[in-house]
Amino acid sequence: MPADDQAVSSGNGDGTARGVPTGPKLITTRFDQDDGYTYDGYVRSGGYAALRRALTTMAPEAVHEQVKTSEIQGRGGAGFPAGVKWGFLPDGVFPRYIVVNGDESEPGTYKDRMLMELDPHQLIEGVVLASYAVGAAQAFLYVRGEMALAQERIAQALNDAYANNLVGENIVGTDFSVDIHLSWGAGAYIVGEETALIESLEGERGMPRLKPPFFPAAKGLYLQPTIVNNVETLSNLPWIINHSGQDFYDLASPTSTGMRMFAVSGHVNAPGVFEVPNGTTTFRDLIEAPEYCGGVRDGRSVKAFIPGGASAIWFFPEHLDLPLDKATVDQAGSMLGSGAIVIMDDTTDMVAACWRVVRFFARESCGKCTPCREGTTWLERILKRMLDGNGRPEDLATLVDVCESISPGLAWPPKQTTICPLGPSAVSPIVSAVERFRHEFDHYVEHGRPIDGVERHAIHGSAGEAVHV
Amino acid sequence: MSRLSDHHVIVANDIIARCPRPKSALIPVLHLAQEQDGYVTTDAMEHIAELIGITPAEVYGTASFYEMFKFEPVGKYCINVCTNISCQLLGAWELLEHAEERLGIKSGSTTADGMFSVEDVECIAACTEAPALQVNYRYRYRVTNEDFDALVDDLRNGSLDDEIPPHGTLARVRQSTPDNWADTGRRAQEAVDAR
Amino acid sequence: MSESTTDEATSGDATDDSTEDAVPTEPDDDRITVTIDGVDRRVDPGGLVIDACNEHGAYVPHFCYHPRMSPVGMCRQCLVEVDGPRGTMTVVSCMTPTAEGQVVNTTTPSVKRAQEGVLELLLANHPLDCPVCDKGGECPLQDQAFSHGPGESRYVEQKRHYEKPIPISDLVFLDRERCILCDRCTRFADEVAGDKLIHFVSRGNDTQVMTFPDEPFVSYFSGNTVQICPVGALTAKPYRFKARPWDLTQVESTCTTCAVGCRTVVQASRDELLRYQGVDSDPVNHGWMCDRGRFNFEAVNSEHRLAEPQIRTESGLTDVSWNIALRTAADVLTEALEGGGADRIGILGGARGSNEDAFAWAQLADAIGVHHRDAQVGDGLPAETLGYPRATIDDAANAATIVLLGPDLKEELPVLYLRLRDAAEKRRSRILEFAPTETGLTPYAWKSVRHEPGAAATAVQSALGDDEIAAQLAAGPVVLVVGRGNLAESPEATIAATQAMLSGVPGATVLPAFRRGNVIGALTVGLRPDDPDHDGLATLRAAADGRLDVLVLLGCDPLNDCPDTDLARRAIAGARRIISIDTHHSESTQRADVVLAASAYGEKAGTTTNLEGRVSALGEKVTATGTSRPDWMIAVELGLSLGAYSLPSDHPLRGASTVDDVTDLIAATADGFGMATRAALAAEPDGVLVDPALPTPDPVTFTAPSRNSYDYRLVVSRKLYDRAVGTAMSRSISALAPGAAIHVNPLDLAQLGVEAGDDVTLMSASATAVLPVVTNLAVPRGIAWSPFNQHGGGVTDLVDATADVTDVRIERVG
Ligand SMILES: Cc1cc2nc3c(=O)[nH]c(=O)nc-3n(C[C@H](O)[C@H](O)[C@H](O)COP(=O)(O)O)c2cc1C
Ligand code: SF4
Ligand code: FES
Repeated sequence: MPADDQAVSSGNGDGTARGVPTGPKLITTRFDQDDGYTYDGYVRSGGYAALRRALTTMAPEAVHEQVKTSEIQGRGGAGFPAGVKWGFLPDGVFPRYIVVNGDESEPGTYKDRMLMELDPHQLIEGVVLASYAVGAAQAFLYVRGEMALAQERIAQALNDAYANNLVGENIVGTDFSVDIHLSWGAGAYIVGEETALIESLEGERGMPRLKPPFFPAAKGLYLQPTIVNNVETLSNLPWIINHSGQDFYDLASPTSTGMRMFAVSGHVNAPGVFEVPNGTTTFRDLIEAPEYCGGVRDGRSVKAFIPGGASAIWFFPEHLDLPLDKATVDQAGSMLGSGAIVIMDDTTDMVAACWRVVRFFARESCGKCTPCREGTTWLERILKRMLDGNGRPEDLATLVDVCESISPGLAWPPKQTTICPLGPSAVSPIVSAVERFRHEFDHYVEHGRPIDGVERHAIHGSAGEAVHV
Repeated sequence: MSRLSDHHVIVANDIIARCPRPKSALIPVLHLAQEQDGYVTTDAMEHIAELIGITPAEVYGTASFYEMFKFEPVGKYCINVCTNISCQLLGAWELLEHAEERLGIKSGSTTADGMFSVEDVECIAACTEAPALQVNYRYRYRVTNEDFDALVDDLRNGSLDDEIPPHGTLARVRQSTPDNWADTGRRAQEAVDAR
Repeated sequence: MSESTTDEATSGDATDDSTEDAVPTEPDDDRITVTIDGVDRRVDPGGLVIDACNEHGAYVPHFCYHPRMSPVGMCRQCLVEVDGPRGTMTVVSCMTPTAEGQVVNTTTPSVKRAQEGVLELLLANHPLDCPVCDKGGECPLQDQAFSHGPGESRYVEQKRHYEKPIPISDLVFLDRERCILCDRCTRFADEVAGDKLIHFVSRGNDTQVMTFPDEPFVSYFSGNTVQICPVGALTAKPYRFKARPWDLTQVESTCTTCAVGCRTVVQASRDELLRYQGVDSDPVNHGWMCDRGRFNFEAVNSEHRLAEPQIRTESGLTDVSWNIALRTAADVLTEALEGGGADRIGILGGARGSNEDAFAWAQLADAIGVHHRDAQVGDGLPAETLGYPRATIDDAANAATIVLLGPDLKEELPVLYLRLRDAAEKRRSRILEFAPTETGLTPYAWKSVRHEPGAAATAVQSALGDDEIAAQLAAGPVVLVVGRGNLAESPEATIAATQAMLSGVPGATVLPAFRRGNVIGALTVGLRPDDPDHDGLATLRAAADGRLDVLVLLGCDPLNDCPDTDLARRAIAGARRIISIDTHHSESTQRADVVLAASAYGEKAGTTTNLEGRVSALGEKVTATGTSRPDWMIAVELGLSLGAYSLPSDHPLRGASTVDDVTDLIAATADGFGMATRAALAAEPDGVLVDPALPTPDPVTFTAPSRNSYDYRLVVSRKLYDRAVGTAMSRSISALAPGAAIHVNPLDLAQLGVEAGDDVTLMSASATAVLPVVTNLAVPRGIAWSPFNQHGGGVTDLVDATADVTDVRIERVG
């Protein structure tokens, strides 16, 4: 059983396989470098060149321009173009803040933690570049509470960066100064939602704010203009500045630019995190190519897969050849979300899988708004009853009805009666599974057990009796 | 039940001073209290309220929102087994069941000797290394039952003390405060406005 | 997951917001057009869709929204459809601003579906124990459930379970199973009261409202949370299980506990007062009340009420018929008039009654020529203070600068405290406070100037010399809030300070912070001394010196109300006869020769006047206790039975047979009351401002004598809860009075060589008192503070009303 440092090496291949689109590594280059996370290791491998170049030779607007040209889409889930978002900052309103979202906790997602543990300086360099571009004097780096090593590595990296005049006052002798403030959470998925994260940074309960009026770019941290960006998004900035926005744009499809990290987990032979060309690589490539996951376990077949984190609508075998392209996947009725792909083979109990994802949202609901607080728990209780063999014929109708109350029309992208998208996220697995595998639910109701040929899990516990020590 | 030690008060005041608004220091300072006592005591919350200048009810309101803060004593080692989808698919529940048998406690409780607590937790961002668990927020990957037994033995015989501090301690490196941090913002502001 | 859509939305709004941020746009007055359910409506542009809808009959159900608190959009019950730039969207109407051309739909199938969905979810975990719930019958959730709810619940899962109602304070119980987490009580505690002692705790489905362990919700305003709770989660101890809403009848009234005069409804069942609820009066209380005003109706129901008139016989005070009682009273008065004349009669009090009560007694006093009269007994400021250009509460709450020269408003005029705190919190006003000790408003003050008792004028002088303060005072309207902050110093100290401030800031207006319910009404309609030689204290001195044959006490209890207890004692002893008109027995009534049972608040109609000079109506809800009568009626009856001294045949009061007659008389004859007609009061429940022309105080120069270093200078001031009958006779709140003690700075305590809690001896020039000592950081060194009129009292034995200040020596007992 490997300990922290070793096992995080991504099974990243050199991308020379047949047919599989290839591209350079942009942000995972130091994952296999033993001291990649140290200041020396980072500088030795070309670190902080972009920062020096930008601060000494480029105007902030020019940096912003490069990011616009790159059309890099946010990697936190929304996939909103970073360059455009920065443009929303109202002119002349100061102070304004950069907030780095390192709360990675969407089930299936595993990349930001790697970037923070294995290449913290790259992130810091990205934060300075972003702060320079938008004219922020303070940036807040919010790391998920449960990530002790990431916090430690970033703290060390910040101290070294300060010591070397790469963060803080008059960086590399220029007139630009920015203070990067490391802060961290204490265990709450919802705090990944940008306005909840801001509440948390203010020392409050991490309950989302209503948008509008509280769009961070207008009224964010301390009600000042604030840009919230994901760790992976910002980690790309050094490469973009070292090369160019155009180079980044040219790497992949025009509707999903650059390289992107995807975590592929579940029933595959070699689960791993891979940085692959965005928009051209297909789901099948990731699952089957030997340099990636090398196929479904035991040569079995895919029954369903989650394309973009627990919040996403599930995909099925017919979707395997879709490219990892935002426009295409949105079109197909789901999302790439946070780059989290979870493969379920034909032995998967769909009711159990559905319950587990719903239970997550029920347990992580912040409780601020009624439909989510009451609805997600209700959904979870019904599904758990089914698993326990106490399902009732009317349960399926109730499930769908309660989903309707949270997300009217069960449409995609979802409408919501809630404040934030967490509530509707609990609807995705149900809509996905009930539509496609209704017979599995019916079977539970009739026989109190799953259909034959699926794996049973030693499931106990329930968000209802939420087990906290 | 103890207030923050003199040393921790110094650290707390440093954190508070570094925040643009005192209340922003609340979560970091709560972690500090948990680092001191292994859990967040009522006295500590009252003390923190005094330091930050808010009411104890506000402190508890924020603290109780977050899973990691414990309000009664927990094991020296909190073992958090991820049972979310990726780990469930690869046997997390079976691992949890084994953990419960091995330690003789139900998930959500603590061994009589106060050494271990076991919890079934949500995704810990190690999905490709399933089934995964954390001990005091330090990771273990692709954990088999044998791995688990070995882990428990190592924790008991102290051979992991260097890697895994007792519950409550997160990062062992703190961001140090630049002496003139307060100025940083203003000066940068001027630079920005100048353009 | 719908982040994509949400974030793209950022574009539009972020930029809109940004331009707003850049140029804050004033809400312009001319109304805009919004289409609500197909009908074009003119609405206020600054407003919210929910208000626009409700205003125009398209009722939108809601639970978390409260017009006096910032919207949070949490319950999601108020969802409506709005056709906006981004197509038709389902939004919460409580957080959506109105906009020109907006199209709002509240009745489409999808809106109904959304609202019913939310309702079903709100009810999922609700115990549905309406039959045993105080709120049953007046519960928004219950009403919604009846009109739109699903027949029976589909929720077959285990419901949330919590320990049934737990006390979160001495007055309020919380039932977490009924709570729908609307954030109203918690928002009130935070935004309105500033007592953040209740808070959401835990998360998600486990979220609950709670206090910190062993730290109860101790707030002077806790009753408001019960009133605004949209379900039966919060209940008030005095009302629990007392009645069902459908048994209650109610009348609108005004609280006369203090001079703020909050609008209320008085509710009763089976002729017993059961509950007061705040009514939202925009100029006055915004719907809020303090707990003393809300719960002291218990005193009206108290078994200690005076039900029958009494006269003193050899066997002590004994019940008699009104005929005999009035006869005896009349004899006592005529005797005095025949003997020494009207100058040997004194009339004190009236502050606890109505305008009509005070007016009738003033008329009687005029008719028989009584000059010794005052609604105050040295516990306030000279009536001339009312002569300064008067400010309203709104003036104060919108002034650029609020200057505090008086009592701790949180203790004496609690809802005025809320209004001024709000002004400071919302950055409308800056508070400049002058006080010897910290007060409730100190934390919200822009500057709080500490000065020795008696040295306010000096402090004001030097403040006026401070550039920053001078600039602030020049920055816009200035309102002085002036009252008696220290009962152990001469009122002249405050008058001098007021005059100093007014000469420094000529345009400033004054809001008199007089404490007693209708003291301002009583003073303005005539229970006001012509000169200092006939004021309350002078009257007591006359009595003490045996110069009074009759002392008439109108709900006045000098032994508790007058800060100079020694004087009060001598006066009660020195007056040959005492006629006491009161609702309860008091120390003073015990000494009276005739006690006339007066009807109390809620038992009599009429009008009252608040500190702004706002006259509003009092409601009569229950029949008077026993045979008790309103004071005005007693005055009229006496006026007719004084033989030669009776009211002259043409005296208008003779014709007064109902309280309305007296109200009309006041409007017709009382200076400045011309607007306060019954018609006007009926038309304007918020009340009518009166503007009597009153003299202003003569210029005084006052400088406090210097204090020798081993003395402490005494501050005696009121706490909200004290020994006054209204509190003392109200079961639920009487125990909340802190009790007598002497408070000193911790450092001084060390110097005294005593422990907190020890008894210490206080020695003034003339007297001594023994009190437990308490440390209090709000009290600066060298100052000793003690609450007024508390059980175990004695501190006022040290107060000499003729002295400028009161210096005491403090020593350990023995
Ligand atoms: C329920 C919920 C959870 C989220 N969790 C995360 C997260 O853990 N990390 C993250 O970067 N973004 C998360 N997001 C998205 C953020 O709200 C925000 O869009 C993102 O951080 C913006 O950064 P980007 O534009 O660089 O992607 C979450 C959103 C929602 C609604
Ligand atoms: S949808 Fe859920 S998580 Fe989001 S605000 Fe509402 S209760 Fe909180
Ligand atoms: S009233 Fe609008 S959300 Fe509650």
